Amino acid sequence: MTTLPETTHKKLGLVIDLDTCVGCHACVISCKGWNTENYGAPLSDQDPYGADPSGTFLNRVHSYEVQPAEGAAQLIHFPKSCLHCEDAPCVTVCPTGASYKRVEDGIVLVNESDCIGCGLCAWACPYGAREMDAEEKVMKKCTLCVDRIYNENIPEVDRVPSCVRTCPAGARHFGDLGDPDSAVSQLVAERGGMDLMPEQGTKPVNKYLPPRPKDALPEFDVLAPFLDPVIAEPKGFLGWLDKALEKL
Amino acid sequence: MHPAPSVIFFSTFSGLGFGLLFFLGFGFPAVTGFTAFAFFAIAYVLAVGGLIASTFHLGHPERALKAFTQWRSSWLSREGWCAVAALLVMALYGAGLVFLEQRWTVLGIIGAFLSIGTVFTTAMIYGQLKTVPRWNTPLTPAYLLSISIAGGALMAGQITWAIALLVLAGAVQVITWTMGDNAFESAGTDLASATQLGNIGTVRSFEPPHTGTNYLLREFVYVIGRKHALKLRVIALGLMVVLPVLVLLLPFNHWLALVAVLSHVAGVLASRWLFFAQAEHVVGLYYGKR
Amino acid sequence: MTQPTLDLSPKVSDEIRKTTCYMCACRCGINVHMKKDDAGELRVAYIEGNRDHPVNQGVLCAKGSAGIMQHNAPSRLRAPLKRVGPRGSGEFEEISWDEAYDIAASWLKPIRDTNPEKLAFFTGRDQSQSFTSFWAQNFGTPNYAAHGGFCSVNMAAAGIYTMGGAFWEFGQPDWDHTKLFMLFGVAEDHDSNPIKMGLGKIKARGARVIGVNPIRTGYNAVADDWVGITPGTDGLFILAMVHCLMKAGKMDLTYLAQYTDAPVLLNMDEKSPDYGLYMRDENGKQLVIDRTTGKLAPFDRPGVKPDLSATHRAKGITHVPVFHKMAEKYLNEEYAPEAVADRCGIPANRIRAIAAELARVAFDEAFELDQEWTDFRGETHKTMTGRPVSFHAMRGISAHANGFQTCRALHVLQIILGTVEVPGGFRFKPPYPKPASAHPKPHVGLTPGAPLNGPHLGFVHGPDDLALKEDGTPARIDKAFTWENPMSAHGLMHMVISNAHAGDPYKIDTLFMYMANMSWNSSMNTGGVMEMLTDKDENGDYVIPHIIYSDAYSSEMVAYSDLILPDTTYLERHDCISLLDRPICEADAMADAIRWPVVEPDRNVKGFQSALCDLGAKLGLPGFVNDDGSQKFADYADYIINHERRPGIGPLAGWRMGDRGLQSGRGGVNASQIDNYIENGGFFVEHVPEDANYYKPWNMAYQKWAVDMGLFDSPQPYLFSLYVEPMRKFQLAAEGHGDRQPPNHLRQRIKDTMSPLPIWYETDQQGNEGYTITALTQRPMAMYHSWGSQNAWLRQLHGHNPLYLPTKLMQQHDLSDGDWARVSSPHGEITVPVMEMAALNENTVWTWNAIGKRKGAWALDKDAPEATKGFLLNHLIHELLPPKGDGLRWANSDPITGQAAWFDLKVRIEKTDAPKESRPEYPPITSPVGQGPDKLAWKVGK
Ligand SMILES: Nc1nc2c(c(=O)[nH]1)N[C@H]1C(S)=C(S)[C@@H](COP(=O)(O)OP(=O)(O)OC[C@H]3O[C@@H](n4cnc5c(=O)[nH]c(N)nc54)[C@H](O)[C@@H]3O)O[C@H]1N2
Ligand SMILES: Nc1nc2c(c(=O)[nH]1)N[C@H]1C(S)=C(S)[C@@H](COP(=O)(O)OP(=O)(O)OC[C@H]3O[C@@H](n4cnc5c(=O)[nH]c(N)nc54)[C@H](O)[C@@H]3O)O[C@H]1N2
Ligand code: SF4
Ligand code: SF4
Ligand code: SF4
Ligand code: SF4
Ligand code: SF4
Ligand SMILES: [Mo]
Repeated sequence: MTTLPETTHKKLGLVIDLDTCVGCHACVISCKGWNTENYGAPLSDQDPYGADPSGTFLNRVHSYEVQPAEGAAQLIHFPKSCLHCEDAPCVTVCPTGASYKRVEDGIVLVNESDCIGCGLCAWACPYGAREMDAEEKVMKKCTLCVDRIYNENIPEVDRVPSCVRTCPAGARHFGDLGDPDSAVSQLVAERGGMDLMPEQGTKPVNKYLPPRPKDALPEFDVLAPFLDPVIAEPKGFLGWLDKALEKL
Repeated sequence: MHPAPSVIFFSTFSGLGFGLLFFLGFGFPAVTGFTAFAFFAIAYVLAVGGLIASTFHLGHPERALKAFTQWRSSWLSREGWCAVAALLVMALYGAGLVFLEQRWTVLGIIGAFLSIGTVFTTAMIYGQLKTVPRWNTPLTPAYLLSISIAGGALMAGQITWAIALLVLAGAVQVITWTMGDNAFESAGTDLASATQLGNIGTVRSFEPPHTGTNYLLREFVYVIGRKHALKLRVIALGLMVVLPVLVLLLPFNHWLALVAVLSHVAGVLASRWLFFAQAEHVVGLYYGKR
Repeated sequence: MTQPTLDLSPKVSDEIRKTTCYMCACRCGINVHMKKDDAGELRVAYIEGNRDHPVNQGVLCAKGSAGIMQHNAPSRLRAPLKRVGPRGSGEFEEISWDEAYDIAASWLKPIRDTNPEKLAFFTGRDQSQSFTSFWAQNFGTPNYAAHGGFCSVNMAAAGIYTMGGAFWEFGQPDWDHTKLFMLFGVAEDHDSNPIKMGLGKIKARGARVIGVNPIRTGYNAVADDWVGITPGTDGLFILAMVHCLMKAGKMDLTYLAQYTDAPVLLNMDEKSPDYGLYMRDENGKQLVIDRTTGKLAPFDRPGVKPDLSATHRAKGITHVPVFHKMAEKYLNEEYAPEAVADRCGIPANRIRAIAAELARVAFDEAFELDQEWTDFRGETHKTMTGRPVSFHAMRGISAHANGFQTCRALHVLQIILGTVEVPGGFRFKPPYPKPASAHPKPHVGLTPGAPLNGPHLGFVHGPDDLALKEDGTPARIDKAFTWENPMSAHGLMHMVISNAHAGDPYKIDTLFMYMANMSWNSSMNTGGVMEMLTDKDENGDYVIPHIIYSDAYSSEMVAYSDLILPDTTYLERHDCISLLDRPICEADAMADAIRWPVVEPDRNVKGFQSALCDLGAKLGLPGFVNDDGSQKFADYADYIINHERRPGIGPLAGWRMGDRGLQSGRGGVNASQIDNYIENGGFFVEHVPEDANYYKPWNMAYQKWAVDMGLFDSPQPYLFSLYVEPMRKFQLAAEGHGDRQPPNHLRQRIKDTMSPLPIWYETDQQGNEGYTITALTQRPMAMYHSWGSQNAWLRQLHGHNPLYLPTKLMQQHDLSDGDWARVSSPHGEITVPVMEMAALNENTVWTWNAIGKRKGAWALDKDAPEATKGFLLNHLIHELLPPKGDGLRWANSDPITGQAAWFDLKVRIEKTDAPKESRPEYPPITSPVGQGPDKLAWKVGK
């Protein structure tokens, strides 16, 4: 299964709004909780109460500071999980076929019972989207919550990834990026959705919406008419008061 | 990249082993009987030992057979096939030499190519990785192949070949290093392309997603100081090429040959350590580690 | 080859139990998924947000999802503990509940019979304050408060005194309509998820967000415009905008005239004892001039059109409207942007631009909602006018010693724009609006062996309401409601240990605390507090003789207590998030909620409130025993159902028993009330009628609804107080009027700071010379104070904390990322790792709050990064100001409310060699619960 399907029926993925993400890590922990109890092995933690705690997570939130040529520096929170690439190098390198891209929806998955834990797929992924579970010794990655999005045991509104459902700011959107009419595709078109590391040639399905321009409040000159004084020459406070109250 | 001992040992020794098999396949030295047995035994210990070492870094070695299924796309799978084929063919060929004092030339040549092919597939596992610009170049197979063949010549006692090939391997090594030093920059992947935030301004990593460590940091983010690396390069080149060549230029002596071999192996280990330790994975960018 | 076949519809769980999150005070609704384990026992498997819940509507924050790790944390206490080693050692012996109650009663009973004030009962992250205060009141001690005094009382009190409601979680922007949202000094706040949801909503609409904060992270990072203000100067910035808006006449004059005290007349006779007080009629109603008649009229007379400019002379005394005083004050050039720009660190034109943008959006983008409503003067308005500008603020402006006035200034700003309780503006959540005058006053009347004469906390309206003894000394251990901080509506929890240790104003016998990590992150001067708690007198007895504490986990504070009453986790007990204290209402609905034991505890622990029911009965407290002396409430659930505050009003407003079946708000006891809540997902919501949704303080439809629901007993429309008359009363006293007089050393300060119109003043920095850099903390969104570190998932995100320095200070001190610095204040020093941050005010440093941990606490390894690299800023902050040489103890608090001035901290920084560990280092405490396991890989069931 290591070869990639020529086409997939859908391109399910996430659209992440960098303009709105407040960096709260809700998606990180919700993902951890769901995926510990569901698809595949639980996401384990090593030395969880010790001096050097670490563990498996499928979604992590970075943050970057950007210094424009002029004006204040900006801070951008940057969630990152598997981008379900169309040309997923993680799939083609896998020797066992454990890594595969689903024909139905393009989700890139690891079939854990086939995984030998060689790690090569993680080497091939430019985005750091795969983590080897230290306890189970198989490769873990974002499943796009494949066990939620079609799950008939949960209400229809909830058939979205756990991270999307939980995101308090609504910065994560889920849908079919292969369908130009889908809400996510339109969002991408409107807001100029971006591919990460396009030069790697992975053709990510997930898109990132860029932050809107910051610190762009018009200069005072433009807004000045809104603060035109009630009276040009302050003739004392009573003059001002009369004038100010004229409107009543 | 984290210089994991298992991978360093694997690539060093199996490279040497398959290099030796390569020469044996062509009939250098033209040994038979017990001597052949000795040569083949050494080659197999190195090649198979290396392969076994490589399974140490597998999470589930018991499922290793599954790795043969994906030869159509996976270099790792191809490596498996190639190695097994090489070892089987060369076993048959070796058996002929040892037990029947027969040299099946065609079989030997096929085995030789399979052996070196195995080294090539190994090299391609690294060379194909766009994520590690230092590796993502034809120089990677050149580097692994040239060392493997030179080592093979050395092991096979082909002094002249060995001298020439060692010098060649040394040259490839130096080129690999020099080109490699700029590979990351010229690959064009940087924090701006990783985050797509470059059009706003200069991007700098602020808080990492977690204060502790994780698999990615352990596996891919290994930072080694420039000075330290330079020292190691000198040592690696000295031990891998210069010392063996000097020794080989002296009148032949079994002990000296052993010195050359040991020196070479130590040099290759150092070179291989650098091969991993100096390779930077683009994922480090996301962590502000470069 | 074919793909593997997946089960795309696996069963998620065996049962969903709906309750309320308690990983923080936001109180979101959660679906707790239960799965059968191998033994067939239902266990907590996964927690997600409850979509139907009014607070979070399905979303859940990191802490909420990580609740499962909190619930299963190895740091959970297992049984009542009796201290066996010295205080602070952490050496305990597990005892039975009976023994624990016996010990507690042996300390408390004698106190109650003789000197009830010798019990100081203070609760921290308490969400059952109406219950704990009821207990304390029945015990009879005046010494009760929760943590509001060090948290954000400035915010609460300034809001309630000004407009009968506050930011904090008591109100919210009209997220659906607002077009300009301005946020002051907020990193996270209590309304964690609602704020994020709201920001998401307005960002999706492309509306503008302006963040005012020295630090650009989180909400301020997504803000469209960032104002990196100099800490402590927001009041100046706001008043400069008020100046600009007034000068330009950009005010909602109709709103000011009708709904605020702007037209209310003030006595302007400097010699009068009523100088500066409202003119009132014989019923005490504020008087205005009616524009139609030109005559005096009470503000609420039907048909009155209050005049903003008319003055009135009577008995030789001139009376002018509040609006005059405001104009006089704020039109003054001392508030011009140019005059404040340097101090605020904001260019004058930026201040103007923001003021202009506020004006533009408030007036040019005004809109009408097609909704008729009738005001308290009987006038019917065809529509509701929306002014789509909204504000929110929290501790960044309130945790300074000028915070009360700054919060007031912000309210004045939003009121002159006419954006409070209008569409698009800021809206109250029931039970607010509720003016200060409708709240109780503080009570300190004690009688040994009997209950206190009324509730402890409340709102003072002048010197007569202060909590002073006959001899004028403070009646309360925390000196709340005294001349030092007259309007301290929430008490001063941060002064309790310090005052009790100093015996100032008096000594106590038993300190009883609940859910507050006072020997660590929740105290200022952490090291000092540890010393005070362990200090002994000349007889070798502890200066604070007894300490009883209830915690659920092995926190730092546990080690400093004599008797521990172990609480359950939040999934194992009943709780009540009641309209009587801090409910979960939304602006358009009243709502309350419960927690219930979705699993039974597997340890010998008990819900603290249930323990109080037991202990109350054992002590024979009225309210906790029946007439025959038997225990009245078997447990907290029993109390929740059966207690009535007033007839028909109980802790829960949903499903009360009416004449014709179940009803909302008022009603008798319903024995299955808790079951009704559980069936409904753990909460109750009753929506505000459409025509009552805005203008609530003046909207008769709302007033009527609120009375029907039991929020109050009669309609009580009121005017917003741009001018806070009670403050003027304190000033008058300081000027020499009245019998109750402040001590002389406080006179000038009261005159200076208690201006009834908001002012800005520099906070008291005496003794801080040479310490020039402001040091702040921020709450990390994924951590709740000290609790998060015991959580295996969350501690991986924030396992240690660097001190962030702006680029300029990094360069000045030759520092680079990962270097260490010695940071000192007049009180102490810490040595910590540093990191650079560019999006930071250039004279401010900061770190995440409460990440640093004491070795041995929380069932963590003693080499945990929280202890070796993490640190607290609290070691640098003192509960007192540096001594002034007058022999007095001056609290590091707001002089009006007593709010702890956490963010006035000034420091000095020096580069230093990396020490082995961050400093100060304290020896490890013995863990009463051992240490957590070395790996986790669990999955409940298959
Ligand atoms: N430097 C600095 N210090 C600060 C602040 C700051 O901004 N900067 N902020 C201050 C503010 S506003 C606050 S509110 C305080 C908060 O400080 P604290 O009130 O001390 O808050 P927590 O650290 O959450 O500790 C509360 C205690 O409750 C315990 N607990 C948790 N769950 C339960 C439970 O279910 N039952 C019981 N009985 N106990 C439980 C915890 O184990 C912990 O010991 O910190 C203050 N300290
Ligand atoms: N995740 C999480 N949520 C929490 C808590 C928690 O521990 N974790 N704690 C809860 C509690 S008890 C409280 S009190 C609330 C507090 O919630 P917040 O009010 O958000 O409290 P802080 O995190 O102290 O944030 C104060 C903010 O004010 C800024 N600031 C400091 N000084 C100034 C100033 O002079 N001017 C301006 N404009 N800004 C300033 C700081 O940079 C910081 O961003 O959060 C509650 N919610
Ligand atoms: S939950 Fe949403 S806002 Fe929070 S970090 Fe994830 S994407 Fe950002
Ligand atoms: S993000 Fe990485 S793991 Fe995911 S599909 Fe792309 S290459 Fe594979
Ligand atoms: S780790 Fe598993 S999934 Fe990844 S390449 Fe190896 S076998 Fe395939
Ligand atoms: S889609 Fe599911 S698996 Fe992927 S990051 Fe979100 S929660 Fe995790
Ligand atoms: S904000 Fe988070 S921690 Fe707080 S109650 Fe809501 S879900 Fe729980
Ligand atoms: Mo707080």
